Amino acid sequence: MYIFNRNKLSKISSVFIGITMAASVMVNSVMAADYPTAKVNTTKLNVTDTTVKVGILHSATGTMAISETGSIQAEKLAIAQINAMGGILGRKIEVIQEDGASDWPTFAEKARKLLVKDRVAAIMGCWTSASRKAVLPVVEKENGLLYYPTFYEGLEQSKNVIYTGQEATQQILAGIDWIAKEKGAKTFYLIGSDYIWPRTSMKIARKHIENVLKGKVVGEEYVALGDTQFGSVINKIRLKKPDVIYAAVVGGSNVAWFKQLKAAGINSKTQTMLTISVTEDEVLGIGGENLEGFYSAMKYFQSLDNANNKAFIAEFKKMWGPKSVVGDVTQAAYLGPWLWKAAVEKAGSFDVDKVVAASPGIEFKAAPERYVKIHNNHHLWSKLRVGKWRSDGQADVVYESALIEPNPFPKGYQ
Amino acid sequence: MMKAMYQNMLGGRSGMIGLLILAAIIFLVLPLGLDLFRLNLVGKYLTYAFVAVSLVLLWGYGGILSLGQGIFFGLGGYCMAMFLKLEASDPESTKIQTTPGIPDFMDWNQLTALPWFWEPFHSLTFTLIAILAVPTLFAFIIGYAMFKRRVGGVYFAIITQVIALILTILIVGQQGYTGGVNGITDLKTLMGWDIRTDSAKYILYFINGALLIAVILVSRVILGSKFGMLMLAMRDKEERVRFSGYDVADFKIFVFCLAAMISAIGGAMFTLQVGFMSPTFVGIVPSIEMVIFAAVGGRMSLIGAVYGALLVNYGKTVFSESYPELWLFLMGGLFIAVVMFFPNGLAGIYDKYEKKLFTRKPRKGSASAMSSRTLSDPQPGPVRDAASPPAKGMGISNQPVN
Amino acid sequence: MDGYTTSELWSIFAMQGFSGLSLLSVLLLMALGLAIIFGQMGVINMAHGEFMAIGAYTTVMLSKVALEYGFGNYYFLFAIVASFGVAFLVGYLVELGLIQHLYKRPLDTLLATWGLSLIMQQAFRSTFGAKEVSAELPEWLMGSFKPTETVDIPINGVFVMGLTAVVCLGVFIFLFRSRWGLRVRATTQNRVMAGAVGINTKKVDRVTFALGCGIAGVAGAAFTTIASTGPTTGSLYIVDSFMVVVFGGAASLMGTVLSAFGIAQAQSILQFFMDSSMGKVVTLLVIVTILMLRPEGLFAAKVRR
Repeated sequence: MYIFNRNKLSKISSVFIGITMAASVMVNSVMAADYPTAKVNTTKLNVTDTTVKVGILHSATGTMAISETGSIQAEKLAIAQINAMGGILGRKIEVIQEDGASDWPTFAEKARKLLVKDRVAAIMGCWTSASRKAVLPVVEKENGLLYYPTFYEGLEQSKNVIYTGQEATQQILAGIDWIAKEKGAKTFYLIGSDYIWPRTSMKIARKHIENVLKGKVVGEEYVALGDTQFGSVINKIRLKKPDVIYAAVVGGSNVAWFKQLKAAGINSKTQTMLTISVTEDEVLGIGGENLEGFYSAMKYFQSLDNANNKAFIAEFKKMWGPKSVVGDVTQAAYLGPWLWKAAVEKAGSFDVDKVVAASPGIEFKAAPERYVKIHNNHHLWSKLRVGKWRSDGQADVVYESALIEPNPFPKGYQ
Repeated sequence: MMKAMYQNMLGGRSGMIGLLILAAIIFLVLPLGLDLFRLNLVGKYLTYAFVAVSLVLLWGYGGILSLGQGIFFGLGGYCMAMFLKLEASDPESTKIQTTPGIPDFMDWNQLTALPWFWEPFHSLTFTLIAILAVPTLFAFIIGYAMFKRRVGGVYFAIITQVIALILTILIVGQQGYTGGVNGITDLKTLMGWDIRTDSAKYILYFINGALLIAVILVSRVILGSKFGMLMLAMRDKEERVRFSGYDVADFKIFVFCLAAMISAIGGAMFTLQVGFMSPTFVGIVPSIEMVIFAAVGGRMSLIGAVYGALLVNYGKTVFSESYPELWLFLMGGLFIAVVMFFPNGLAGIYDKYEKKLFTRKPRKGSASAMSSRTLSDPQPGPVRDAASPPAKGMGISNQPVN
Repeated sequence: MDGYTTSELWSIFAMQGFSGLSLLSVLLLMALGLAIIFGQMGVINMAHGEFMAIGAYTTVMLSKVALEYGFGNYYFLFAIVASFGVAFLVGYLVELGLIQHLYKRPLDTLLATWGLSLIMQQAFRSTFGAKEVSAELPEWLMGSFKPTETVDIPINGVFVMGLTAVVCLGVFIFLFRSRWGLRVRATTQNRVMAGAVGINTKKVDRVTFALGCGIAGVAGAAFTTIASTGPTTGSLYIVDSFMVVVFGGAASLMGTVLSAFGIAQAQSILQFFMDSSMGKVVTLLVIVTILMLRPEGLFAAKVRR
């Protein structure tokens, strides 16, 4: 792992100046003097004439470190880029990083520390639903501001949270529509890890399949988190012979799931599978050859072919090494600091209430996923893409939807 | 009468001093010296101290190592959380749900009515009774089944561990009823009293501290009584106690239930102070970590256990802030060092120095013998014995191999 | 049954049997090592899972090397031996530095080895990274064969099963048909007398412990065929393995084999008919209940404690 230091930062900063990224956002000539601290900070946040403090709260240790490291890297990259452009309202962003250690109470504890002791102006953080649920009451109580990057189950909307990942309907409906149309699929087998996100996702998927597509769900299965025995599940699937396996298996189980599928002779030649839990990060562990030909429904893939994304990938690799990969959540985490910057500049203040009020309608046209916009419900308008995995661990994007409106409380799907 | 009370409850002079110092630290030094954020953390650590104290009774004095104290901590915590969650889920604040008036996670899991076993938790009285009774009853069932059949030692440890595992899988798997991996979150008020405010945090901290001191006092009374002596005897020579006509199993069941109840109080206080409860506190890892709190503090010292819980958790917080990589190494090293070099933990080290300090002062014969027995045993002898039932007693090493 | 034909039910039966087998193999290999250490020496080794992880990491590393030099098809057999060797060596050192001081204190050994497991997990994390890694399996291990139209049997499951049988046989021969085994059994039954007749009991302890760890290493090699390896892989199986040993009767090898078979099949079949977490809960509950009724396990000589 790279250790982020000042030298590196300044090196990166110098590289940045001429980058397209900077050009696409308004060229920054704002001086701190135009925005006196007393005016932009009326709520005793940690904002000085030259700096503003921002918290990063992810698991750097423990079981979730595997997934969350990418988000930390993306957030640091965005912040380094923003600083290289002159910061926000003439103030450089200083990062206070805390480790949630894959432990939900620790997340709550550290969030409180960031908000009460460090008085950060915003927190980029959390990954799992459980960590967000633990942090949410703290953020609401202390009136903080959290940018949450992961695609998640929806059913939530908070004044104090901006959700930069997809809520469930944005990820599920269009993907199922596509696969039903493309493959003529009528029968589905749903399988997920046993916690709130897969369960809610499958609930939505089932309603959509049964009520809208008039298809049939022939099986629904949940495996314990971390479970590595899929023999029984695979046998059930084999007997039900579904047209599509719809999977939301996460973490270490994911690897066992795909390995055992392959060992059991189930591969993309004989079986169609659409997953909503596999990004480039997971593929590293699973191995492209075990995954080749299966589909993922995400809003972002590293292979997206547009100028924003190419510049982003180049910078990411420059900062974190040529071997690093960027998955859906990593990209969503990258959006957080930029969306915050835009909102602060629109509000002309760091005060949470004003930033929140300014947030709806904020657009970010330099997003690697091309274009996002904050909805009134604090989620993002985004597209849904279906990628077909190659053996080298990258995906060919085979389908791209129109912009989808976020709908965290979908009527008819609850 | 007064004197007996003084001996038993306060553990004589040195016991009283120890207790006063602890009380002063909890009620004066920490609240004055720390800001609310840190104090709230200490409050959380002190809830673990309940478990550590219960383990001193169970393991240090009873010679029974339970690797499942997280079960009882969790049950107590979940009972409290269920009450608070119901209060937080009034129809008004949950009107966005398909079925208003039930906890949000139930709604997400397509439940349309409150499960029957949640109903009684609308009542605070019932909840308070449940916090004490449910874990105790559960402990009674486990204890009765195991001790009556003379299961002990490592078998007991392993089986309690498996029960902790079963309970975790159940809580995670039955998320419609329990909140699953996320646990029961977003708890707000207790009978309309907002537990998230600063003043509430202070009040809860002091209640927590007072309960902890009370638990220590009660434990001392029990250890100082004839029962406590029998426990020690049982630990060291179980057969002899049995041959003297006592039913060893009954005593073990009692102390196991008592330990469960103490742990449950800690769990309930945890929920109140931290504002949520999740399966991470029920499973194998927290259960065994709680053993190390007791071991570091000194498995024979009620007060030491409190310091152990404070110190290990403080270390965890500090190290995970600055050197997260090192923390597991340190924690692992701590387990090994305590077992190999400091079997009596902090209390053992303290006793060594205390002895040196007081050698010039003549001790009052019986009083000091009494106190040293109830408070903390300076001689390593019995402790080694506690941990080393004769190999024959294990029932594994002298069987023919088939 | 809802919508299954008779022939399908037969296929379920056959395939479920085999899906239980791969779980059985890993469980049994883990439990064999534990049974030797726990049953013969009375030591509770909570770090046993980490010895399995050592074996798994060894296999993964060797697969990387093998791919580099293009003998990816044959390395796996060598990897099994290497996994055993590495785990054996580490076990030997651990006994030397830690376990030998704690023989008379089983509960303390439990705590100390738990500490050891934490240290080992963090060591894995620092050395190999937090990400899960997986071994490139040789081609001949992948895929399945189809005896009938509806039955698929994974080849790696069959291979691992065979491996397990060989290891079991090896352990049996070692313990009951060799000089070393005689010494081990003598030391177990009466340490003082064994010492008196000239057996180096310390050395016997050391080799027994290391042997148990080595078998856990083989379990790790087998494990790489079904899942990926991470720093906490070992902790997934430790409680289950203890259950197998205790359930089977601590000192009985035959009991261990049968109880591993029973537990794995029960879990696999229950998970077919219930969801996966309930299947596991029911299995564990049944075991605990049986253990409460019969604390000495299924196959132990009746000894009054």
